[in-house]
Amino acid sequence: MNSLLNVILTTDFAFSVLRVTTPILFAALGALISNRAGIINIGMEGIMLVSALTGVIVSAYTHSAWVGLLGAVLSGTLIAGILAFFTLKFKTHIILGGVAINMFASGGTVFILYLLSGDKGSSTSLASKVLPSVQIPLLKDIPVLGPILSGHHILTYLSILSVLVVYYLLNRTPLGLRIRSVGENPHAAQSVGVSVIKIQYTALLLSGFFASLGGAYMSMGYLSLFTRDMVAGRGWIAIAAESMGRSTTVGTALTSLLFGAADALSNALQVLKIPAELIATLPYVATVIGLIIYAVSETRKKNKKLKTTATK
Amino acid sequence: MFKVKYFEAVRTAAVIVIALIIAFLIISLVSDQPVKTIGIFLLEPLSTKGHIGNVIEMAIPLMFTGLAVSLLFRANMFNLGAEGIFYFSGVVASVLAIHLSLGGWLHPLAAIAAGSIVGALLSAIPGILKAKWNANELVTSLMFNNILFGVGLYLLNYHLRDAKAFANVSFKFEKTAQLSKLFAGTRIHTGLIIVLVLIVLAHLFLYRTKWGYELRMTGANREFARYSGMKTAKVIILVHLIAGFIAGMGGSVEVLGMYSRFQWTSLPGYGLDGALVAMLAKNNPLSVIASALFLAYIRIGADLMARLSDVPSEMISIIQAVIILLISAEQFLKFWKNRMLLKEAKEA
Repeated sequence: MNSLLNVILTTDFAFSVLRVTTPILFAALGALISNRAGIINIGMEGIMLVSALTGVIVSAYTHSAWVGLLGAVLSGTLIAGILAFFTLKFKTHIILGGVAINMFASGGTVFILYLLSGDKGSSTSLASKVLPSVQIPLLKDIPVLGPILSGHHILTYLSILSVLVVYYLLNRTPLGLRIRSVGENPHAAQSVGVSVIKIQYTALLLSGFFASLGGAYMSMGYLSLFTRDMVAGRGWIAIAAESMGRSTTVGTALTSLLFGAADALSNALQVLKIPAELIATLPYVATVIGLIIYAVSETRKKNKKLKTTATK
Repeated sequence: MFKVKYFEAVRTAAVIVIALIIAFLIISLVSDQPVKTIGIFLLEPLSTKGHIGNVIEMAIPLMFTGLAVSLLFRANMFNLGAEGIFYFSGVVASVLAIHLSLGGWLHPLAAIAAGSIVGALLSAIPGILKAKWNANELVTSLMFNNILFGVGLYLLNYHLRDAKAFANVSFKFEKTAQLSKLFAGTRIHTGLIIVLVLIVLAHLFLYRTKWGYELRMTGANREFARYSGMKTAKVIILVHLIAGFIAGMGGSVEVLGMYSRFQWTSLPGYGLDGALVAMLAKNNPLSVIASALFLAYIRIGADLMARLSDVPSEMISIIQAVIILLISAEQFLKFWKNRMLLKEAKEA
């Protein structure tokens, strides 16, 4: 137990929590926006994978990490756009659409990787670029906080900033109000002149935008290359974080941090010989428990309401 | 002259044709010898007895999960848990295949029964959560996939792993546990008979029994089913139990039929493929046979193409995505259906 505390109570550990939270947080914010508009986007995993690969390819061919990032974001948003086109225009079931996106990405990225590099495993032969990390002046000199908060990847800071942006977007802007009203009651929103389809398109594109930032971070920050299936379930964890955070911005950000901590812990605990396979299931177990508690309390509330109206 | 009642069949055919055309386009772009490569993709699976065998071997697990998922979809349950259950039941069956010693056909029977029962029980959990508290079965089943994979991998690495083997594989199964082969020169195993029997039983269950009727009604409209006196909560739990049993049996049969050790270090993907099979089959048990064979055929075609030409087999996942997107697209070709309806109405 002591050695466990020795691992956790270090600035290195706190630093790594923020590091591993970044992709989860981006994708969870994306999931949040589309969910608030009433559409579950389970294609997160696929969108992240596609953008991670595109970032590597574009940065390798243009010799610029920033152009690579742009390519990653465009490709991820494009995939979300395709999903939106099929679900909103062709009425493909959104869940199956998401399954299709994930299936496409897991094989399609390997396919393209192989065509470009002749390797099915990783992009080592492509000279891809990495986005920079940032030392924050003044902050970096503060003891304890400095080593935890300074020196992170630029996208890590952007992810924290995105929490504020998404909060502001959803709660303080007309678009946010429309997104929420469409999610809560599309018919009512339609009747006051909101174009439900347009809002859902926007929400899905935004969810793809944020997910692709998470994907770009994977291959241009967290690692400096693309490897097959490198997203490794982070898209699913993000969806879990969103539903455990009960579709609020603050809740989503906090549960993402929790899952990030669990992830960092599973890396740290390998020192203690606790099986990583079991630790890796913790976020999912936590989500199931969170969902059960939520569902039970909702049902109780509903039944109570029914009873009180019945006795009246 | 086409009639409206054939619309769904024509639509499915149209989707398959479009998907194949996209496959040809990709091959033409990528390959140095596109015509030869397309030929391999389309015809090579039929070229030898071994290759035909490959198609049928691949179709067996797809039939199992396709059947499981189609029953869930029929009940309007968006549950993708067959993925994790298929894997975990495979682990369970492997434990018995390694550690038990039983004579003759009793050994595989015991291992498959254990895998199936564990599958049914695990599947019941999201079912109960849905039926009693309306917890979203999609999210819970997806979480369960990851949990079951983690626990299964832990069992493999810490309790079943053969340290003498060079890869991350379990100890060898007892010879008595392995399923026997049906045809010499192929690896087609008795699992084929099991799954075909299961499919016929599921068909009879769905269309000839009261429970099957209740299941279909609950799927069509849960509120209406409840008002007409059906215990829909019970139906939902029942369909989860049955689907989990079938998926679990599939995982057990697959490891005992195709392998001599347990060797999956990632989810094998048959559960999500099952969703594709179920959709192609329009959730009809008997049609599962044809759609699993079709999917297995293009997969084996892609594998052979990767081996014999310069196009990697991962191309097939692009084709599968196109099929899913178009098959489940309600509006696709709808205009044409409407025109036919109009015509028939005028003729009448």
